[in-house]
Amino acid sequence: MNGDQDPIINQVTQGEYKYGFVTVLDNDALPKGLNEDIIRQLSAKKDEPEWMLEIRLKAFRYWLTMKLPDWAHLKIPVIDYQDIIYYSAPKSKKPAGSFEDVDPELVKTFDKLGISLDEQKHLSGFAVDAVMDSISVKTTFKESLADLGIIFSSFSEAVREHPDLIKKYMGSVVPYRDNFYAALNSAVFSDGSFVFIPKGVRCPMELSTYFRINAANTGQFERTLIVAEEGAYVSYLEGCTAPKRDKNQLHAAIVEIVVHTDAEVKYSTVQNWYPGDKNGKGGIYNFVTKRGICLGDRSKISWTQVETGSAVTWKYPSCILRGDSSVGEFYSVAVTNNHQQADTGTKMIHIGKNTRSIIVSKGISAGKGQNSYRGLVRVSKNAENARNYSQCDSLLLGDQCGAHTFPHIEVDNQSATVEHEATTSKIGEDQIFYCNQRGIDTETAVGLIVNGYAREVLNKLPMEFAVEAQKLLQISLEGSVG
Amino acid sequence: MLSIRNLKAAINGKEILRGINLEVNEGEVHAIMGPNGSGKSTLAAVLAGRDIFTVTGGEVFFDGKPLLGMAPETRARAGIFLGFQYPVEIPGVSMVNFMRTAINEQRKYRELPEMNASDFLKLMRDKKALMEIDSALASRSVNEGFSGGEKKRNEIFQMAMLEPRLAILDETDSGLDIDAMKTVATGVNRLRRPNNAMIVITHYQRLLNYIVPDFVHVLSGGRIVRSGDKTLAYELEEKGYDWIKEENQE
Repeated sequence: MNGDQDPIINQVTQGEYKYGFVTVLDNDALPKGLNEDIIRQLSAKKDEPEWMLEIRLKAFRYWLTMKLPDWAHLKIPVIDYQDIIYYSAPKSKKPAGSFEDVDPELVKTFDKLGISLDEQKHLSGFAVDAVMDSISVKTTFKESLADLGIIFSSFSEAVREHPDLIKKYMGSVVPYRDNFYAALNSAVFSDGSFVFIPKGVRCPMELSTYFRINAANTGQFERTLIVAEEGAYVSYLEGCTAPKRDKNQLHAAIVEIVVHTDAEVKYSTVQNWYPGDKNGKGGIYNFVTKRGICLGDRSKISWTQVETGSAVTWKYPSCILRGDSSVGEFYSVAVTNNHQQADTGTKMIHIGKNTRSIIVSKGISAGKGQNSYRGLVRVSKNAENARNYSQCDSLLLGDQCGAHTFPHIEVDNQSATVEHEATTSKIGEDQIFYCNQRGIDTETAVGLIVNGYAREVLNKLPMEFAVEAQKLLQISLEGSVG
Repeated sequence: MLSIRNLKAAINGKEILRGINLEVNEGEVHAIMGPNGSGKSTLAAVLAGRDIFTVTGGEVFFDGKPLLGMAPETRARAGIFLGFQYPVEIPGVSMVNFMRTAINEQRKYRELPEMNASDFLKLMRDKKALMEIDSALASRSVNEGFSGGEKKRNEIFQMAMLEPRLAILDETDSGLDIDAMKTVATGVNRLRRPNNAMIVITHYQRLLNYIVPDFVHVLSGGRIVRSGDKTLAYELEEKGYDWIKEENQE
């Protein structure tokens, strides 16, 4: 690419982050820093039972012995874990039971983000758990879902109301010893969502959690736990945004999914945390451990992610395919622009017989962005006839960005079929000129071409989300092509 | 409508067009013929605004306005259409989405409201029928996996959708068998209007049996060396391009 194209690239990729506003709220926060005392206070604020505090302390003590992982293709400045606020909650008189109880400022904030907390005004077919900083502020449609035996609540509430389920499943897929950030999260997680779909129930609406970081100097550490009993089905969506700030903020989450026989969970993410400014100042550090287990035969987990935000993304939504004939899917679009870095991918662990997995990863790099796909496909000894198909495509916009692919394949069973395809391409000048010649300007052309490139993944999203994601891709790349 | 005056253009410092003069009026069809490397495709690309070529001299006016300073998308919106010799594939972008974006961008330029979905789909249906195009085409990605013939027909289909004032068809017949060429030519003829014009670039005379031009120009060495009516094309067919080259050197 020659020098003349840089202005075009810059022009197309310098879009403004739309969700960077701050809501002025009275916060109930703990002081900065991390120690056992803070954890005890946090647990007390959440009215937690003793057993939960014990889990937190165990995780914290283990975390102290751990080292930061350094294998990712990321440059991350040293994070001072004592300089972070681990609990900050918008103050409200009481937990919001009905819509009228929710602080109007919070309602306004979520309205601005396109999320209505008022069930009357809600997009049909969607139930939302809205999480601001450390707590869930409102979960919609809880009652009507409860009629079907579905539990959809904030994690804190589930700890109090459904301790047996939480004790049984929490940490069963991602134990606190799993990795540095998982241990940290297990020690200080403050809220998140819990979903339980009982045997034979097909959840009639999309469940979603909207995560919003608002307070400064605060880390967000949420947990999501989804359990689908025999024959159950749920589609779950997650969206994220944060204000623009010069200082980096930490987000370290855990998502666990447990799927029993013949059940299916579809998990979709549109991650749009503040990515930092065009010089790389500020932005969210996003360290997330997401993993699901297909426990029963013929069970299925499908991950779809559109990652456009965060200064740094470290995230590998994975599937453990234990049940025979279980299926794992991973569809991903990751965009890095300006100084963003992403190291993302998946792990597909084939344990059961006739297990199948598919990986479709589309990386898009622009500006000085660095985008890595990291994946593991493991076929263990007893996984007869396991099949995997992986496709990793990288699209480069401009000549200062990078795309990297780190596929790992470990096969211990001769009957397995594992295929891996990878491509790297640039948006062609000829494609752009072709669009120009039909009257389409370069910026719109790039949006069209990128959305076309990502279409296979976007098609996997629920429709309303797909439209949002398409716009988001275009905005994320405003200012970037040649 | 189009007035080209002493146009010169180069690529990588090598001059390809060495002073082209051409006047095209409403309702006219001009054929530009010439041997390989004579500058035919360069002329088409320069008129469409392809920036790999540098204009080194001359002027071009389109409907009285200087053309050479306009961005390629502005030229398209003003009514210049280029039928590509090698249409480009855009994976994952459906023809419907592509055409709808193009039409609405052009309408915006002309200060018309966006076309709504049902009007657009009706237009698409009508034009497909007019161009005798397979109706599955609309749901496919732009040129992706199209055969050579399908790509060329898709160009003419886009021309029908956009109804340009000036269409420049760059070797639309190349790579087509006689039946495919007839279909393309029929499509083009259906788009001839008293208020638009066409420049048909071709290496062979045979296309001109089906798209009958008002004028024929022969390009050689970056200049128009001879102009005439359609009989010039027959003469060329008979004597070959060497005849022009030799005559030109004398």
